[in-house]
Amino acid sequence: MIHRNSLTQLAAGLRAGKFSSVELVRAYLARIEASQPALNAFISVTGAQALEAAHAADRDIAAGRGGALTGVPIAHKDLFCTAGVRTTCGSRMLDSFVSPYDATVVAKLKAAGAVTLGKLNMDEFAMGSSNETSYFGPVRNPWNPEFVPGGSSGGSAAAVAARLVPAATATDTGGSIRQPAALCGITGIKPTYGRVSRYGMIAFASSLDQGGVLTTSAQDAALMLREMAGFDPKDSTSVDAPVPDYVAELEAPLAGLKVGLIKEFLDEGLDRENERRIRDAVAVLERLGASLCEVSLPNLPRSVPVYYVVAPAECSSNLARYDGVRFGHRCKDPRDLQDLYRRSRGEGFGAEVKRRIMTGTYVLSAGYYDAYYLKAQRVRQLIAADFKHAFGEVDVLVGPTSPTAAFRVGAKTADPITMYLNDIYTIGANLAGLPALSVPCGFVEGLPVGLQIVGPHFAEARILNVAHRYQLETDWHLKAPERFS
Amino acid sequence: MSLTRAQIENIAHLARLELEPAEIPVYQESLSRILDLVGDLERADTAGITPMAHPLPGLTQRLRPDEVTEEDRHELYQACAPQVAAGLYLVPKVIE
Amino acid sequence: MSGAESSWETVIGLEIHAQLATRSKIFSGASTAYGAPPNAQASLIDLGFPGVLPVLNGEAVRMAVRFGLAVGARIARQSVFARKNYFYPDLPKGYQISQYELPIVAQGALEIVLDDGRRKRIGITRAHLEEDAGKSLHEGLGGLTGVDLNRAGTPLIEIVSEPDLRCAKEAVAYMKKVHTLVRYLEICDGNMQEGSFRCDANVSVRPKGSEKLGTRAEIKNINSFRFVEKAIQYEIGRQIELIESGGKVVQETRLYDPDKDETRSMRTKEEANDYRYFPDPDLLPLVLGEELIERVRKDLPELPDEKAARFSSQYGLSAYDAGVLTASRDLADYYEEVARAVPGEPKLAANWVMGELAAALNKENLESGSGKMPAARLAGLLARIADQTISGKIAKEVFEAMWADGQSADAIIESKGLKQITDSGAIERAIEEVMAKNPAQLADYRAGKDKLFGFFVGQVMKATQGKANPTQLNELLKKKLPG
Repeated sequence: MIHRNSLTQLAAGLRAGKFSSVELVRAYLARIEASQPALNAFISVTGAQALEAAHAADRDIAAGRGGALTGVPIAHKDLFCTAGVRTTCGSRMLDSFVSPYDATVVAKLKAAGAVTLGKLNMDEFAMGSSNETSYFGPVRNPWNPEFVPGGSSGGSAAAVAARLVPAATATDTGGSIRQPAALCGITGIKPTYGRVSRYGMIAFASSLDQGGVLTTSAQDAALMLREMAGFDPKDSTSVDAPVPDYVAELEAPLAGLKVGLIKEFLDEGLDRENERRIRDAVAVLERLGASLCEVSLPNLPRSVPVYYVVAPAECSSNLARYDGVRFGHRCKDPRDLQDLYRRSRGEGFGAEVKRRIMTGTYVLSAGYYDAYYLKAQRVRQLIAADFKHAFGEVDVLVGPTSPTAAFRVGAKTADPITMYLNDIYTIGANLAGLPALSVPCGFVEGLPVGLQIVGPHFAEARILNVAHRYQLETDWHLKAPERFS
Repeated sequence: MSLTRAQIENIAHLARLELEPAEIPVYQESLSRILDLVGDLERADTAGITPMAHPLPGLTQRLRPDEVTEEDRHELYQACAPQVAAGLYLVPKVIE
Repeated sequence: MSGAESSWETVIGLEIHAQLATRSKIFSGASTAYGAPPNAQASLIDLGFPGVLPVLNGEAVRMAVRFGLAVGARIARQSVFARKNYFYPDLPKGYQISQYELPIVAQGALEIVLDDGRRKRIGITRAHLEEDAGKSLHEGLGGLTGVDLNRAGTPLIEIVSEPDLRCAKEAVAYMKKVHTLVRYLEICDGNMQEGSFRCDANVSVRPKGSEKLGTRAEIKNINSFRFVEKAIQYEIGRQIELIESGGKVVQETRLYDPDKDETRSMRTKEEANDYRYFPDPDLLPLVLGEELIERVRKDLPELPDEKAARFSSQYGLSAYDAGVLTASRDLADYYEEVARAVPGEPKLAANWVMGELAAALNKENLESGSGKMPAARLAGLLARIADQTISGKIAKEVFEAMWADGQSADAIIESKGLKQITDSGAIERAIEEVMAKNPAQLADYRAGKDKLFGFFVGQVMKATQGKANPTQLNELLKKKLPG
């Protein structure tokens, strides 16, 4: 059963000639096809291109060429632009959009030798926490198809959890990597803002968006991130600093590590069973030599209101380019220019996207800018200061990734606010631009939950190291849904 | 905080979003509730705090050398355009 | 000006848009060259494709700093790019990247010279960096509008004046001054026909003596000095008439129609102007170090006012002549080259550059003399005037021949035999012949008809084909005629 291998094992196996890339790609394509009716994880499957790339990879391996990921199958969240391949962002607006260029992340992974199997389903324009806002239909949780996989990278998470690909790219604006990782029982890392290029990553909220990866283990995440990260002159917000070898730093012992448990996250919103899993996980870290304390970040509970000003504000502007003129959906027979704009956008965007565009338009409009936008950016500063202060005392912060395990499909669609509160524990890291990851730490009523680990800026190596040591002691990350194991 | 129907219509106009009549009360309700949620910010004491426009403090804008690196690829770029003619993107008549 | 008009005071502020003369666009590597086929120079970034990001052109920044230093402004050590949000077909992203709260240049000033020779200081509130929009075309597209985004993303500085201008003439003088300056600084080609340099005028009127500003109308996109003057004049008249007939000026955007010579209201563009400015999260704060600013300062050329002052003192030119000769850097350089090549004759050089040469250029619609009449060649002609080889009158003939066939003055003087006769013996012989041929006139002259002196000058000149040295001729005639 080839799909039981981790990404690291697959890369090593390919180099050792245990199997070929073509074999791998065929096996995974078959799994994708079989899973699609139940999970709907993919929007596009690029089988023919994948097989072609796999053949080339096999030739490279035979010739002793190639990179760290040569021949390894992966898939991209469908908001990374892929040249010549449809890139929809989960929206009717881009239903038939074929990107003329590759995102930097896509190009880097291609250069490392990875073979792309297709494009993964997601909440429309990455706006959602359950993958129910996709124009291409909801994604189902592989642990129980009655439940959501989380969002917005729900397709990426479901695909990795169901072993349809060993790794998938994803993005995180308010928790969109970590929350679905937790809800699908896999590992997901959102790096420091500026660590991974945003060029070619279709923008939702520019000051919060960050590309990352979903895998089954921290070790695999380290390998993927090492290949994805790095300075990009095409992105003004990309940071020009060397990328450490995350893989090489995985094994460092945790003795002396100072771990802060975020007090504000252990609130009344947190499911008690979930809290127990978190405390169990923290106990494992203590056993490994870490010292534990509780840390208070008093402004952190305001993350959600800050986020729901800043993210919609930026999105209202970022999504103005979808006007039916140069690309994307155009309404039929526009009467005049305004009709073209209004109907193309009204038809092309789904309800949640429209809600956020309108919220953002409102908070930026004359007379409200100071009260909402500026105020939110001030509180954001306070939240960032809380984190900075906390990292003066501890090396990493830990807490739950989401308040509960996965919820049923449809359970929260009627009420956007209830849905928004799902991201209550993940948004802080985005507001402050911090690296954060989620690792599986057990189950609540048969559904996985995750432990979140947050580090200071550019401490990806440290949080991956903590996650890896934890995974050496536990086997939650090795558990796969029975149907897909 | 409760938004009026007229306010929703004005926001939808600014954002160029056509709404079905039935959608308006739905957005009226949900936007009002979102504004209640974010209205909590009012209570935060932010005296003397500068707004944070960017998550990484101290980073500044990089400057690119003034070089032409792009070539004419309008045919490729217009392959996904809804309506073009003679290299131009077409829209309904704009009256100035 | 009517009696009624004179009881009103006009207040004008200009917003000048100058395209910066960079090779590539402000946020992309696409060319800024004018005249390419539609959308051939619109890159993914200029088109606002999903996922693309802007990266700032350093040269655009240096050019803006150059302008700021030249107008004595404060250069912001930190400035911020903001998004101005509105929908328009020529604006691909649905927002324009501009600077709003923290512009790169603030609080500068320029001096203009008024008709009566007085100088007036015009404040420059700010100058900020921004991207230009594309162009809409309306002809021959079956009733549709075509959008060409080649211009989208071209770097601009928007130079905003204080409302210090009081009439259309002052506005034009100020605009010309800025035009001269940006070309001196080589940050803008100043080509108004191609739209590289254009302006919006904010015009209002108020009763004389009132401190309160009247409601202003903004006249958009005026692209010639003449139209600026006419548009403002029309607008002043319209506003006064409106108020005096009991109406009220509304704050609005208007367009000048040169065919009808009137301004009219623009109704379409975003009725409710709510631009929802906020800092662009795709760009970081622009921080300028002292080193960069100092380097730009050291690179500054001599500015028009400094140059004019130097021309006055160094070459003894009048303020007016110095002003004319420094109106463009090309002209000033040309003049200086001529003046240096003919030492001791700066006024002669000035007269010829502003006179014959300017007229010839004007006739052929040429910008600069350096092509058809290089400075060294003109200097060659002036040297022959200075050393009295030819007279000023003959020189004009020589100039015409030089202009026509591109030969040097000496070659033409030689081949046409135009060399002045300075041999007094030869002139005397010519005088004697003329005296002999015209005994009646000679008698009359000697009888006291002094006016006939001119007749003899003319006759001798005719006999020598105009080549007799006029000074010598005069002296010899005075000696010989009385007998």
